[in-house]
Amino acid sequence: MSGKAILQCKDVTVSFDGFKAVQGMNLSLEASGLRFLIGPNGAGKTTLLDAICGKVKPSGGSILYRDGIDLARRKEHQIAELGIGRKFQAPSIFPTLTVEENLELAMKQKRGILATLRAKLAAAERERLAAQLETVGLAGRQRARAGSLSHGEKQWLEIGMLLLQEPSLLLLDEPAAGMTDRETEKTGELLQEIAKDRAVVVVEHDMEFVRNFASLVTVMHEGRLLMEGTMDQVQADDRVAEVYLGKRREAAC
Amino acid sequence: MDVFWLQLFNGISVSSILLLIALGLAVTFGQMNVINMAHGELIMVGAYATYMTQKLFQSYLPASWFSQYFLLSIAASFAAAFLIGLLLEKTLIRFLYGRPLDSLLATWGVGLVLQQLARSIFGAPNVGVKSPSWLEGGLSVTQGLVLPYKRLFILALVAVCLLAMFLYIYRTTAGRRMRAVMQNRDMAACLGISTRRVDSLTFAIGSGLAGIAGCALTLIGPIGPTIGTYYIVDAFMVVVLGGVGKLVGTVFGALGIGMTNTLFEYWTTASLGKVLVFLCIVAFLQWKPKGFVAMRTRSLD
Amino acid sequence: MTQWMIKTGASRYGLAMWYFLAAALLLAAPLFTSDFRLNLLAKFLAFAIAAVGLDLLWGYTGILSLGHGVFFGLGGYAMAMHLKLQASGGRLPDFMDWSGLTKLPWFWMPFQSFGGAVLLGMAIPAAVALFLGFFTFRNRIRGVYFTILTQALVIISVTLITGQQAFTGGTNGITGYGQILGHSLAAPETKLALYYVTAGVLLATFVLARIVVKSRFGKVLRAIRDGENRVRFLGYDPSRYQMGVFVLSATLSGIAGMLFVLHVGIISPSMMGIVPSIEMVLWVAIGGRGTLIGAALGALLLNGAKSAFSESYPDIWLFFMGALFIVTTVFLPRGIAGLAVDGWRKARRIVRRRKEVPEHERKGYSAV
Repeated sequence: MSGKAILQCKDVTVSFDGFKAVQGMNLSLEASGLRFLIGPNGAGKTTLLDAICGKVKPSGGSILYRDGIDLARRKEHQIAELGIGRKFQAPSIFPTLTVEENLELAMKQKRGILATLRAKLAAAERERLAAQLETVGLAGRQRARAGSLSHGEKQWLEIGMLLLQEPSLLLLDEPAAGMTDRETEKTGELLQEIAKDRAVVVVEHDMEFVRNFASLVTVMHEGRLLMEGTMDQVQADDRVAEVYLGKRREAAC
Repeated sequence: MDVFWLQLFNGISVSSILLLIALGLAVTFGQMNVINMAHGELIMVGAYATYMTQKLFQSYLPASWFSQYFLLSIAASFAAAFLIGLLLEKTLIRFLYGRPLDSLLATWGVGLVLQQLARSIFGAPNVGVKSPSWLEGGLSVTQGLVLPYKRLFILALVAVCLLAMFLYIYRTTAGRRMRAVMQNRDMAACLGISTRRVDSLTFAIGSGLAGIAGCALTLIGPIGPTIGTYYIVDAFMVVVLGGVGKLVGTVFGALGIGMTNTLFEYWTTASLGKVLVFLCIVAFLQWKPKGFVAMRTRSLD
Repeated sequence: MTQWMIKTGASRYGLAMWYFLAAALLLAAPLFTSDFRLNLLAKFLAFAIAAVGLDLLWGYTGILSLGHGVFFGLGGYAMAMHLKLQASGGRLPDFMDWSGLTKLPWFWMPFQSFGGAVLLGMAIPAAVALFLGFFTFRNRIRGVYFTILTQALVIISVTLITGQQAFTGGTNGITGYGQILGHSLAAPETKLALYYVTAGVLLATFVLARIVVKSRFGKVLRAIRDGENRVRFLGYDPSRYQMGVFVLSATLSGIAGMLFVLHVGIISPSMMGIVPSIEMVLWVAIGGRGTLIGAALGALLLNGAKSAFSESYPDIWLFFMGALFIVTTVFLPRGIAGLAVDGWRKARRIVRRRKEVPEHERKGYSAV
């Protein structure tokens, strides 16, 4: 790996009541670029993201961010403040807030009590909000309650929120789930676009999607790193075929 | 030293009653995610059922039979609380599944109505229940240490109930269904378990246990319409401390609350003791925020 | 469970008009009511202050506290202790004398000054709330668990105050004082002045609460209600916000308690117990949680009904209250305010259809 890594996971282990969902995973990310994380069910992909964003605490190993900030010692909101954004599988927006309010809260800003008590939407912020609404296709819906949006619209709203957060590292869990083909296409293009100046990790099951947009793919199996490479390399790899399809070599994808 | 042992014994005895009360709460909270504030009033129902049984024996049956009334009253109090619990579940609780705070408020209203009903029927003042003669006196362990039979009886009663619950939950088909629903409601429903029926039954059994607790309380002192409120908060603390999902958590919580309550009140005063217990609970929760046993999940909320 | 008020183009003026109307009504009330009724109304206005505070916590942030009676009571005790010291005129308060105390306990000292008492009447509830909030929210003890802990707080507070008779007056509470700052509490002029003070504080509370709710802080609170964890992954620390709103809410209850004592002339443990605490929740529930006006109106309405019924039929009142709890939570989760807004919307829709106004004018809603 060349260049400076923004994230370095070393021997990360996460266990739930004795069961090790991630065991000794290694992952290194550069400051920009799109990385797909794939692997069969139960490989520990989501758990790894959880460990990076602080939702679960690793029981071993280290997760170093930027200049050696140990994320395992930080709380979720601190990690988010450090510039790590996370999208969960199910759309999680604030249903009783309006679309606009959802975006306003997500915007990069001071997040202390006193700051939010005084905060006013500045003209520049208003413009950014409007631009973001345009990007995610929700212009004109800004005053609608987020809970009243369709599933796809909620996904887009959440992506919009993540972008306004201006993260340096974005962790996405199946962002295209439940989207139409056209929307999936749009999502992929958007991801490539934003990955130009930040690191983006995408957990994905849709191999079609991965093939279309991936440059680098990391394959996980049973909580460990199985291999890393381009999609072509991954597809040609015997071990990958084996974990996905069982022992029979001839059935490679 | 004898006094200390007696306090210890009292603590266990208080714990056992708390356990009986909290069992129903823990199970309904764990399984249906509802908080039943009227649970305290089900204790009261059990207590008054005992009182009624006693009255019936005094009025209609030969005096020589009187001493046997208590055994029957245990069954009567269980049945009365069971039925009221069933009614409550069918008419109200089922609309509030998964809304713990709302269920808390609505059932508090139910509790208020039940209390007032008791006041209208039996009058506001406390009434005494005459304990059967075979429970008078106590077991002398040493010169200064006498364990009252009443309290020993309560211990035995709770032990029997606990054993019955254990056998029910872990050894019967109905119990297995209950555990299935508690652990994964959707999956259980998919497998053809009538979750509605399981819920009703669980709730009613929990209520019935509260009824038995009420019956046991008549041995300790006079009973009144508000007897439930006195115990309910402690019972909730048991659930908070013990966590939900496993019987052992509730047992631990009940012992924790019952023992600390008794010992602190013995070492300090009743009012300061309560404060200390509360502080202990808050301190414990710093260590284990979800209670003694906690289930870890991967869902976001 | 949100805000159901419809914001129209003229909403700001409309709102100002409503405030003006409310202020005018409160100002004019003494002209139309007897002294007795006015005193009663003043008491209800004090309750409304507590209700607005509770609504910030429950309606907007989704945290249910069954312990606000404690904060209310602590405020009440602070004021009562001051009045008692004034009435005793340098000697020991009578109940301490009876309990055999010879010296004024140290923690009574600051209450000798009116300012000190008022300050502590807000600071003590705030401190207790901060203590409990700090040790619960930070550990993500929330929902029902938090609610149960607040109820335990009620139990221990009541037992403690009842048990420490020599220092607190025990079950009887603190009463037997007639003057505030040299004015007789019984005099009609004092009563009128106190009424205006209470009405003024209520209006100020309302404006403050509205500012809070409309600010980004308020949006974070509502976001916490919708999904605490999601808020966390946006980079906010929910526990700070929860603590903040809990402290604010407790302080408002403390203020309400202080005013209550001035109107009623007594505070005792029974006024801060489980039942009064949960009654406060009922005010908010009936009026409509998540709307400030609903909470305030709920307090006024329910207490009005209570004083009308409970004196003549105390039994029926308890049945009624129990039934109200059940009916509101099951059928009217948004309370009267929700009902009113639904009706208003329906009416607008009918009017709209007649005038055939295009639909797109129906915009968002504001948090009133």
